[in-house]
Amino acid sequence: MTSVQTNTRRDFLKKISLTGGGLMLGFKWFSAHAEMPAILNAAEPVVVPAFNSYLSIATDGTVNIFSPNPELGQNIMTSFAQIVAEELDADWTKVRVTQAPLDTQKYERQLTGGSGAIPHSWMRLRKAGASARYLLLNAAAQRWGVPATECTADSGFIIHKPSGKKFSYGELSTDAAKIEMPKEVPLKDRKDFKLIGKPIRNIKNKDIATGKPIFGLDYQREGMVHAMVQRPPAFGTKIKSIDSEAVKKQPGIIDVVKFQQNVAIVGRSTWEIMKAKKLLKVEYEKDGNIESTEDHDVLFSTLMDAPNATVQRKDGDVAAAFQSAAKIIKSEYQCPFLPHSPLEPMNFFAHVRPEGIELVGPTQTPQRAREAVSKLLGVPEDKITVDITRLGGGFGRRLKFDYVLEAAELSSIIKKPVKVIWSREDDMMGGSYRPAVRYRFEAALDASGNLTGYKLRGVGVNAGNNTRQDNFPVGAIPNVLIESVEHVSPITTGAWRAPITNFLAFAEQTFLDEVAEAAGKDPVAFRLELLDKARKSPVGKITYDIERFDTVIRQVAEKAGWGKKPGVFQGFSVYFSHASYVGQVCEVTMKDGKPEVQKIYAVSDCGQVINMSGALQQVRGAVVDGYGHAMFGKLSFKEGKAEQNNFNTYRLIRMKEIPEVDASFVNNGKDPTGLGEPALPPTGGAVANAIYKATGQRLKKQPFLEVPLFTKMQKTEES
Amino acid sequence: MPVYKLNINGKIRPVDVAADTPLLWVLRDHLQLPGTKFGCGIGQCGACTVHYDGVAVRSCVMPVSSVRDAKITTIEGLSENGDHPVQLAWDEVDVAQCGYCQAGQIMTAAALLKKTPKPTLEQVENAMHGNICRCGAYHRIREAVLEAAKKTKP
Repeated sequence: MTSVQTNTRRDFLKKISLTGGGLMLGFKWFSAHAEMPAILNAAEPVVVPAFNSYLSIATDGTVNIFSPNPELGQNIMTSFAQIVAEELDADWTKVRVTQAPLDTQKYERQLTGGSGAIPHSWMRLRKAGASARYLLLNAAAQRWGVPATECTADSGFIIHKPSGKKFSYGELSTDAAKIEMPKEVPLKDRKDFKLIGKPIRNIKNKDIATGKPIFGLDYQREGMVHAMVQRPPAFGTKIKSIDSEAVKKQPGIIDVVKFQQNVAIVGRSTWEIMKAKKLLKVEYEKDGNIESTEDHDVLFSTLMDAPNATVQRKDGDVAAAFQSAAKIIKSEYQCPFLPHSPLEPMNFFAHVRPEGIELVGPTQTPQRAREAVSKLLGVPEDKITVDITRLGGGFGRRLKFDYVLEAAELSSIIKKPVKVIWSREDDMMGGSYRPAVRYRFEAALDASGNLTGYKLRGVGVNAGNNTRQDNFPVGAIPNVLIESVEHVSPITTGAWRAPITNFLAFAEQTFLDEVAEAAGKDPVAFRLELLDKARKSPVGKITYDIERFDTVIRQVAEKAGWGKKPGVFQGFSVYFSHASYVGQVCEVTMKDGKPEVQKIYAVSDCGQVINMSGALQQVRGAVVDGYGHAMFGKLSFKEGKAEQNNFNTYRLIRMKEIPEVDASFVNNGKDPTGLGEPALPPTGGAVANAIYKATGQRLKKQPFLEVPLFTKMQKTEES
Repeated sequence: MPVYKLNINGKIRPVDVAADTPLLWVLRDHLQLPGTKFGCGIGQCGACTVHYDGVAVRSCVMPVSSVRDAKITTIEGLSENGDHPVQLAWDEVDVAQCGYCQAGQIMTAAALLKKTPKPTLEQVENAMHGNICRCGAYHRIREAVLEAAKKTKP
């Protein structure tokens, strides 16, 4: 059993006794002035705005847990509650979870992104649960007049072992609030976990399956008007003139408002606005570069040899390594822009009044959204509230708050509560994208097939540093040069699930396969050999854990029966991102001369799995997402305008196209790391490497469907 | 504007809207039934699926004028207590990730099982192919439909 300090400077626990009975625990961000009366004796959670800590126990035994981070399908509401309930020894059937509103006084890092919520909160949540358990246990011991050591906690009860007497948590919660907080609390041993690591069903399943109004798009408010916004259809243009006369005459239209480069149509219902919007006449004029995908293709070639690259990492002497190389391998990989396409279109509610601003809707980053609204409208942050609805997907799109600003600005102009919604076309054409990037890799091998030199240059559109310069196999190679070049464009880009690595991993892992082949080595053995070099003679900074890497490689190779399946073509890929390690083997078979992706094995090391059901979903979903986008995903531009604008022209993967996914986890008991992203990056590489084995064709460009191997097949099918 | 008397979830609901208003927006904006979701507006993603006389249709491309006296069932009316076999299977199999597409998936699955109580895997895949799940929960969606078929009395 481990003990943890509860009163460290950063996050000491504070308990609050409630005049109505019950117990509430908060962390240091639970400000002292919030110690006001609150009644917690109802079966349903009572949400007292000034009073939402992580955990409260009502007198009827209901355990209410506030989940600070936005929920977008990573199942954080269930996982958070499981961690608290585990250490508390709560009765899971009495646990309720409520989404907390934005409150920077009480919570830290209230955002969803970077697979960071669980690692950030793991110890905090355990301490909250363990501290409450301590208080309950001691309250019971006092009442019985027995030593606390004779008492145990089990499923919502404190039990006095010698006498068999017991009290429910609800009976003890008021007394527990009077017990002095301990300096440190014991945490459970892993072997005693009853909830953590188990497949616990999503706590919101019933709301979802019965169509409860839990999403931003479902939000309604008395007196609320609706609005849709016409944004410039092409990047690099601005409004020249507006003719909205016809729109204003349409039934149900309340107003047409121009602000920034937007023309908002305000009305009483969504369809009336959608219809009227078609009559809006806006002329646009040039306001910057107007770019096409064809231009980017040419530009990438130029930038590949441009002298002004930013050096991201340099080890040894690359020039010398390539001069003395016995063999040089050089390869380029390219990907297109991708929209995020969360199925719930962008939307937000705003009500701007002199006394303050209310914001309600789906956002991955409520804090930054509030800061931006505060700055835009000159209203102090303490006069702005943000309520977070469930997000119908995010994938990084809702880390941007452009749509929150629109709603707030429009409400401030029309002085009404308004919900702005985007159509699918608005989202695909005016959103932000995974940047288009091209990579060039070069590898130098000596006469014995050792990798002695490695160069990578990435060029991208608004992609910043599009490399991850410390990625494996860097650290195992004596001479390395990693560079990036950014082209600044009016086409807005943003973080897309597993930013940068969602494509970089494919390029790196496919290239490693090419190098292994040139060195005459098996792809798995080659990777293990490189890891051994990093272990024995590390070069420069190494950011990955060699042993954890090694383990996922061996486990997934073992699981898939690597190299032992006649007639099955296997491709390998392994990746470390967002602090987790995932190895994948893709299996392809040939049918009528065509490759068919059958199955993908994924072994993940994300430390302690919190919810096995949710974890399997994250991995399967990420593999499907990674495979689907590598296969089909493409957003191209013609004169600044997206050429695909809805799901009839932009193809997302569907049920019949998914491969089987065999997901499993390394059971090493390490503290948990994230799982929202890490299983996506390796998939494209595993698939491409398997297809190479099956067909002898290297896939170097996404979407795969557009490479000759598949376009030829499609032509044959059509003819 | 004409008044349409719609039969929604077993109740007659009058609505005063333009003839071309899609059923989706009638449900969401006028009848306070937001369980039916907007995803694409062109009948491609299936998030807006409802039952039209028991058949799964895309409400985003169905004008209110074409509904006539058909019996419309939405996710809110699929069962009294959220205990339709498909809804129960959805919980048992623990399907949902973000959850946004699930109402449409469930309605498509329920319509399939009404017509074909014991579908083959291929029939399930064909029926569900029109519903996009952006989170990629397809494995469990498929599993849950087959599980619901076990619970459905033929």
